[in-house]
Parts: sequence; structure tokens; C-alpha cells
Amino acid sequence: MAAISLKVNGHAHTVDVDPETPLLYVLSDDLQLRGPKFGCGLAQCGACTVIIRGQAVRSCVMPVSAVKQQEVMTLEGLGTPEKPHAIQEAFIDEGAAQCGFCLSGVILTAKALLDENPKASDEQIREALSNVLCRCFTHTRMMRAIKRYQRSRA
Amino acid sequence: MKKEISRRDFVKASGALIVCFSTASLVEPLAMAQGPFDTHPSHVDPEKLDSWLAVASDGTVTAYTGKCDFGQGIYTVQTQLVAEELCVSISKVKLIQCDTSVTPDQGTTSGSQSTPTNFNTRNLAQAAATAREALVGMAAQRLGVSADQLTIENGVVSAKGGRHVSYGGLIGGKHFDIAVSSTAKRRSTSEWKVLGKPVPSLDRVALMTGTFEFVHNVQVLGMVHGRVVRPPEIGATVGNVDEKSVQHVPGLIKVVVRNNFIGVVAEKQWQAAQAAKDLKVTWQPRLGLPAQKDFYDYLRKQPSRDLMLVNSKDVDNKLKSASRVLKATYLHPYQAHGSIGSSCAVADVQADHATVWSATQSVYPTQHGVSALTALPLDSVRVIFVRGAGCYGLNAADTVSYDAALLSQAVRRPVRVQLTRQDEFLSENYGSACVVEQQATLDASGTIDAWDCETWTASFGGRPGYDQPGNVITGMLAGFDPETINPRTAVEPTGELRNGNNAVPSYVVGCVNGKCGGAGSIRSERVLTHAVKSPFFTGPLRSPLRLQNTFAHECFMDEISAYARADPVAYRLQHLRETRIIDVVKAAAKTANWDARPSPKPGTARTGTVTGRGIACVAYEGDNGYAALVAEVEVGQASGRVQASRFVVAHDCGPISNPEGLRNQIEGGVLQGMSRALGEEITWDDRKVTSIDWQSYNTLPLGIQVPIIESVLIDRPEAKATGAGETAITLVAAAIGNAIFDATGARLREVPFTPDRVKATLSSRG
Repeated sequence: MAAISLKVNGHAHTVDVDPETPLLYVLSDDLQLRGPKFGCGLAQCGACTVIIRGQAVRSCVMPVSAVKQQEVMTLEGLGTPEKPHAIQEAFIDEGAAQCGFCLSGVILTAKALLDENPKASDEQIREALSNVLCRCFTHTRMMRAIKRYQRSRA
Repeated sequence: MKKEISRRDFVKASGALIVCFSTASLVEPLAMAQGPFDTHPSHVDPEKLDSWLAVASDGTVTAYTGKCDFGQGIYTVQTQLVAEELCVSISKVKLIQCDTSVTPDQGTTSGSQSTPTNFNTRNLAQAAATAREALVGMAAQRLGVSADQLTIENGVVSAKGGRHVSYGGLIGGKHFDIAVSSTAKRRSTSEWKVLGKPVPSLDRVALMTGTFEFVHNVQVLGMVHGRVVRPPEIGATVGNVDEKSVQHVPGLIKVVVRNNFIGVVAEKQWQAAQAAKDLKVTWQPRLGLPAQKDFYDYLRKQPSRDLMLVNSKDVDNKLKSASRVLKATYLHPYQAHGSIGSSCAVADVQADHATVWSATQSVYPTQHGVSALTALPLDSVRVIFVRGAGCYGLNAADTVSYDAALLSQAVRRPVRVQLTRQDEFLSENYGSACVVEQQATLDASGTIDAWDCETWTASFGGRPGYDQPGNVITGMLAGFDPETINPRTAVEPTGELRNGNNAVPSYVVGCVNGKCGGAGSIRSERVLTHAVKSPFFTGPLRSPLRLQNTFAHECFMDEISAYARADPVAYRLQHLRETRIIDVVKAAAKTANWDARPSPKPGTARTGTVTGRGIACVAYEGDNGYAALVAEVEVGQASGRVQASRFVVAHDCGPISNPEGLRNQIEGGVLQGMSRALGEEITWDDRKVTSIDWQSYNTLPLGIQVPIIESVLIDRPEAKATGAGETAITLVAAAIGNAIFDATGARLREVPFTPDRVKATLSSRG
């Protein structure tokens, strides 16, 4: 066990955990955040996605000690129910969910891509989402929501 | 930060009864099948209005339902239902879902039965109508006018001249103390102000902003973490457990062994994960598995429990005397529910009571199961539904609830169990593998004269129901027996046509004892089904057996129409007589601008990419919804790759409660069906299942080229409400298979249509 400091969604935390603990477990169990979820624990589905240094990162396979001073942002850090982020707004407007368990992977992966490349082509968007899963298959609405967000920033 | 869960006190009907619940049950299948989905007597008496509804003094309506939401939208639409019947706005209704301490026992939320159960003339709908009539009666007395002189708007009852009284003023704080009336009048669809409208799902903001509480997020004071250690092969038994092998793991609380159930409990989740990984267990293997490559033949040779569904008794003669008998065999693999979130549950089992937070579809049956596993009296076990990832049927939500209860009982602390992805694939009850053999004869005019169908379905375990916890893996490991197949030969059908599994094709008359319940016109008919013991646990997976059977029927219908050189749509219509299925076929064909001609498409090249269209239709479970689907596909003949470009679905589920939610279900169902048709298959070697993660089990990711999906909604305000979550998915494999045939002339008779299988079938073309 070791004291590890983390900055998550703008707040500083110190947790006493095994440094090898996956970041996801610290976010869910110690910080009680609900956005990132345990989908597979193998970095195969995306449900645990967070954003670190502008990149979509799978927190289920990243040891918490590897985060160091980098700020972590989760789905609930992006916007709030009262003031959702524009991409969350787009998903709300399109009704782009069923069970909603996969949303961290979908929304944060798309956001990271479009922040880096606002003019990403459909092909590039699909490529970015090629390892993100939604088992309710809400694909149609999710792709529409991503395009809506992209247009809103143009 | 950790508090006494996220509980808050809640007053049901003015403090008469005080109960507590997790906030999770406030915020929000999928309709599957099989299982008890009717309303049952329990300590929450479904005959009493107060069991369903309470009106607080501020006019807020609290409604209690035994049907819960896993993402299929039933939370929103039940809220609409209560608001509609009580003439209040949606924001005034608070819906409590599935908690054995406060909600009526409505069995399992499954089988596309939530809408039929709660939206027709019983249960929640009837309770809300009863409450409205009772409130109007009270207002009439209070205002001194007759009830028919009163109007209601948003919970305020008014007489002419402006005198009015609110619901809160009439009843707030008190019980109704009356029975649910079977004669209370439902509001007619023409009066609807809230139902029938495209109300967006009420959970969407919480979901999109990551604030929604899933069962994975439940935290209880003093909670520790458990993991399970499953046998590598189903049926393997525990030889030796070397507890010393995990002594090095910090925070370890206990290694728990009960019969063949093994789990570990530790202070932190990571520690539990380490202990589960490192624990040395010697398993006594079982005899091995039947080879996957010969599995469908194996199925046909096993002892079976047989059922004859229809038998006109002239089929053998017709087959013998026909100049040509068309025959085909269709194969469907085991498939996984494959929820995106590996299952999770929290249990707090103490010496004299237990609470389980569970994503089960069946809180009351799970209460019975936990009672059996822990030997606690039934009424001291409480099961609270908290949503998990979409389940699509019997995923591992029930079994992980048992895991948590067993581990919590062993350590006397609340335990959260998170299954790993591999656990999930090894713990769930797969959708059944099936073989369907079809035969048909035609008369001189090219009309189908006789249809003979024989099916083999692999089955083992299933929903635990109220008394069979061994039907899921944890119950069996802990020593309870699963339901097995007792072989029996078929007897002649009695009573009425039972077509709940769609084993009987839509095109036959479906006559039993002279009463004909089928949707079609073919009089010579025989359908014989065989249930065979499966080597793996099986259970309902979205459109269970209905999908497998419909794949076989709708592809065979296509094969016959091709033989008859008839257009597949016209040929279907020629053999159908039920209006509602005829109407969906016509609507889908019209919207798709169907190219009427026989299949395959004339003049198609044998190389390169070719295109085709196919259709399939179903009367779901005989009478629980109707749909037709046109698929348009491109087939890369060199790669064997199938790309769907467009789907058109025509859908009839009676009066449409929420067109927005319905479209979402149809779109998701079609694409899930496409994933199942094109890639999904459980695989195994000679000892164990080998499809245990998202690399070894295929699913279509978000980054695919998404086909266009057009939904044509046929509203039937006068009809009974039916299910809608499983209808569209039922048709996808068949429609795609038929479109591939149209494009290439090659007939795929085995799901999934992987590139290798498509290429092999293309190369076998004459």
C-alpha cells in the first residue's frame, strides 16, 4: 500500500492503495465515481474510459501509479446534469442510449478524437470507435449524436 | 464519504408504512421470455389499490411496479401510463421498481410481457384507472356535484364555475383502502395526452452525465469485495483448495468453499482480484465435451423430451406421394447475452436477515433463491433491483446475486462481487443451440401443400424461478440441482395451439382440436420439437427460440418461393391469412420499394461485390406483436464479407405507448440481430468454452458502417398492447440470409454468416 495523490475532475485526492491497483478501481471504489465502469477489465470494450492529457485511456488496465500528476477526467467531470457538456447535450438530444453502461467509452472516445481533429471524417470517427462496444447496439443514434456535436463546433 | 448507502426515508401513503430504499430504485431486457411474468400474490397484495399507488399531500403520485428497466425503456413508459390514467403530468409521478419489500410480485421482467401485463386491463394500468375513478368519486362528494360534471387537469378536479379540489386535498396522506376494480375504465387511446407521445427516456440526462447509479455503483457501509473462482469446465468438481497459496495477498478476509462454489473476500477489489487469480485449486475434470464440429449431429442423436405442436396426420402421405419434396436443415449456435458490463451484485447477509442489491429481472424469485442458499426465512430476505448493464435475458445477474449472498454470509459483512469478463462468459446461461429440419411439398399450381418441421433444442438449467436456484451456475455449484431434460415421446397436441416459441411457421393453419390458431393457410402441417440436454447452461436470450425457429421458417419459405419461381413477398402473402402479419409484410415491402421478382436476382456476376434484398416476417409468439423486415445487403464474393446497407422494419405492437422508445428498441434489435447473424457464436474445445472475452467472441463494434434503418410504425389503437422489444431482432438472420441468396444464389443455412462460411457456401454453388 502507498499514499498516491491524484487529480480527478478538478479535485485533488490522496488514496492509500497498492500502486498496481487499476485506476478504474480507485475511481469507482475509493472516489465513488459512477462514470467509468467495469466492462471487461481487459481494455477490450471501452466502458472504463477516462481522458488523460486529451487522450481516451482505458482505466481498467492502467495502474494508478502510472497516472502521476496528470489530470484525470471522467464522464461526470465533463458536464453536470444541470449543465451538460456539448457532446453530452448532443447525446441527450438524440436519445442516444439504451442501458447506458457503455457511454464513457463512446462519449469520451469521440470527444478526444474531435478535440484533436474537429474535422475528422466519418471514416476517422469509425476508426476511433472500432474498439468501443455498445451491446444494446444503439449505434445509429450514437453516430448521429457524435455528428451533431461535430457540427455544433464547426 | 461512505454513508449508510444512498438511502433515504420514504413515506408510503402518509406515513402509514415507512420503508427505505436505495436511490437507485428511483432513477429507472429486455424483455426476454420464459419464466413467471404474471402477477402473483405476496405480502404486497396485488388486489389492493394501495399496493400499486399512493398520492401524497402535495399531489405527488408514487407508483409501484414489478417490471423493471434494463435500458428497454419500461421505466419511462410505465411513468407515462400512470400519468395518463391519473391525468397528471409525468413530473408528478415517481415510479418505484422491483423491491420485494414494497412492490407487487410480478415475477420476471421478461418475455416481451411487461407491456401486456401492465398496459391492458389488469395490474398497474387498472390500478391507476381505479385510483382516478376513486378520486373523482371523492371530489364529487366534496364538491356536491355528480362525477360526470367534473373535469381533471394535472391532478386537480374541477366543477363548472371554477370550484375545484386537488388529489392531495382529497387523499393525500391516506390509504385508498379499496380493491383494484376490474371495471374501472381505462382512458381511451383517443383521449391520450401522455401515452402515445414520443417522451424521451427519463434517465437520459443522468446516463449521459455519468451520475446514474448502476448496481456496480452501490456502496454499503462496511462493504468488502468478493471474486469467484469458477470451475474451468462445467461439471468439474473441487478436488483441493490450497488456501496457503493466497496467504500473501494483503487484505484477504476469507477463502470461501461451499460444495463446488469457491470465492474469495478481501478488503479491496484489487486484493480480491489478486486472490482469485492466485488461489490454487485442483479440479476433478468431467468427461469432456462433444466436439463442436459434430455438435449438431450429436444433438439429433440424444434422448429428448418431445412435443407435437400441430399434426394434421396427412403429412407423411403427402411427403410420400409428392413428386418432389423440398428439404433443408438450419443450424443455429449457442450465443451469449454478452452484457457490456460484467455482472455485479452487493449482498448484506446477517444472522437473521439479508438484503441483496441486484440487477436481476426477477426480484421475488431471487428472494426465494437467496433464501434457499442462505437458509434464511423468506420474509427476512429483501431483494432490491438496481439496474445493471443491458441483459437481453438471463445473463449472469442472478448468479452473481447468489455469489454475493454466499460470500456475505460466510464473512458476515456486506460483500460486492464483480465478475470478470471471463467469469461472465463462463457463468451465463447461453441462448440455445438449435437444429431445425424442414420439408415441404407443393401442389400442381405451385402452392405449398404440406409443411413438416422438426426441431432439436439444447437445454440445461434456465431461469431459477421460485424454486430452482440450481438453474444457474452458482446454485448448482452450491449443491442445488438444475432442471434437466426427462426424455419423453410426443403425444398428440391437446387444448389450443401453443406457439410461444414460434416453432410453428406462420404459413400453416395451426389447427388443434379443430380450432385453428395459426396465421397461414397450409392445412397439412406437422411440427415436432425435441428438447435435448445441453452440455452448457442455457436460458432465455432476447427472442429465445423464436429467433432460431423464425430463421429456419423464413429462410425455408424463401427457398420454396425460389423453387416456385415466385416473388418472395407475393408468395408469403399467398400463404398468409392473418391480417396483422399481412399488413406488416405489405408495409415493409412498400416502404422498401420492394423489387418484386423471384430470387435470386437474374444476371448476377459470380465475382466482385453484388447486392440483394430479402424479407422475413413473424407473428411473434403467435400473437404478441407483428413485424416484417426487408434487408438490403452487399456481398463481397472474394472476401465473403456481408455488409447490410439498409433495413426497413414494419412493426405492429397494438397501441403505441411511446414511439420514440419503440424506435430505439427496433433500431437496437435490428443491429443486435445483425451482430448475432454475422458473427456471434460460443466456441469450445474438448474440455472447455473458449469464447471468453471480446477477442474470442465476435461482436460488431461501434465503428462499423452502420446501415440505414427505417421503422414503419403501425398503430392499432383498438388492439391489445403487445411486447415490442424482441419482435424486430427475430427477423434479422432470416432477412439477411434471404438477401445473400438473392444477391448470390448461395443459401446460408448456418448462423453466423462469417466470411469463411459465406465463401464456402459461395464456392459450393453449382
